[in-house]
Amino acid sequence: MIKLTSLSKHFGDTVVLDEIDLTIEQGEIVVIIGPSGTGKSTLLRCINFLEDPTSGTISVGNLSVDAKRASRKDILAMRRQTAFVFQNYALFANKTAIENIAERLLVVDKWPKEKALKKAREILAKIGLDEKADAYPASMSGGQQQRVAIGRAMAAGAEVILFDEPTSSLDPEWVEEVLGLMKQLAAERQTMLVVTHEMSFARDVADRVIFVEGGRIVEQGPPSEIFQNPKDPRTKDFLKKILATNPAIPNHS
Amino acid sequence: MDVLNVEYMLGLVPVLLRYLPLTLQLAGIGMVFALILACLFAVVRVLRIPVLNQLTIVFISFFRGTPLLVQLFLFYYGLPQLFSALTVIDGITATIMGLTMHFAAYMAESIRAAIVGVDRSQTEAALSIGMTNGQLMRRIVLPQATRVALPTLMNYFIDMIKATSLAFTLGVTELMGATQKEAAGSFLYFEAFIVAAIMYWIVVEILSKLQNYLEIRLNKAYSR
Repeated sequence: MIKLTSLSKHFGDTVVLDEIDLTIEQGEIVVIIGPSGTGKSTLLRCINFLEDPTSGTISVGNLSVDAKRASRKDILAMRRQTAFVFQNYALFANKTAIENIAERLLVVDKWPKEKALKKAREILAKIGLDEKADAYPASMSGGQQQRVAIGRAMAAGAEVILFDEPTSSLDPEWVEEVLGLMKQLAAERQTMLVVTHEMSFARDVADRVIFVEGGRIVEQGPPSEIFQNPKDPRTKDFLKKILATNPAIPNHS
Repeated sequence: MDVLNVEYMLGLVPVLLRYLPLTLQLAGIGMVFALILACLFAVVRVLRIPVLNQLTIVFISFFRGTPLLVQLFLFYYGLPQLFSALTVIDGITATIMGLTMHFAAYMAESIRAAIVGVDRSQTEAALSIGMTNGQLMRRIVLPQATRVALPTLMNYFIDMIKATSLAFTLGVTELMGATQKEAAGSFLYFEAFIVAAIMYWIVVEILSKLQNYLEIRLNKAYSR
């Protein structure tokens, strides 16, 4: 279970996250939607401590960290409980696909090499890229790279995988294979927190959709409710705009 | 102009070859220490570790700002004068110390530039899986920076091999020192020094070939 309590992030005078409270149950798939620049990515990055939250508490599993008193040790422990999938894949350029997946097991979890590679091979099979085990990121398509990046996140055995717009920098032809893998993970009830503009993914896969604007949670609920019957005018406005360019979703209201 | 004494030159080759290993040792050991020191300096500079960062800046400034020969004389003649315990420093040790610090100062800057050039997303990905700063430097950033820094580092190594010839001023009989002695005995200066020059040249050429090979190998991960 993940619990955020009054989580805030300020950049100078700008308030990017404004006292966010959020609880995610084990196995829950939560999708965050909202206009650009409203703190969605920052929220994910704060959970992984890629940004230091200004104040608030983050609890993941048995671990609870107060942002104001977070030590180096706390931060490392929190990062090890959470896995991150980046918009630009961010695979280690000097490592092959299998090495990218095994890296965390070898270095952070100190597994013996054979065991780590065996696990990495299982994950490669699962993401359907066995034949790319020894390929370097530069020789893979965007879709393949992002699937390996998801494999790297799976290897962590983390409580939650955080997806930061995982399909936004992909060519359209690769989007489906990445979404397909995410759906597969969702079917296994891997806890996921996903920031995306893929409304069809939100509608089909999410247990809960959260609409964020101005660093606050404006509205949340099951996808059917958010998409068919949004209550807040800001949610309505956002959905109207995004659905105009995204015909995959049946029109609401 | 007298004709070149080719026979003398050929006879000199095996004589001088006996001193080549010492030249290569000076450069090899100097390079290993210089690389270690330069990596430490570069990491200190990139992470802006307080105090160490300022000390490193002064160190680099001094060793880049003064001639290598002056530094060698400081280590060999100067230090024992200040600290009598250091009279045990012989010419070889002083040369290695001088080469190490002089070239570490230069190499630190090119390694630092290469580290800074590694994409920020690589660091973030390493942090996100819970690596410590040390682990991400060692496993992700430095290997990628190496590829960028390699051509300049090899240039410094080549420079260092030639700079070992200054050791003869500290009484070390390496390739240059030996040539000097041979020439003084035979008065055939041109012949002696041209043989030495060709030997340095061949060593450097071999290194250039090695550099090409290494570059191709390190680029393997980045080609489509």
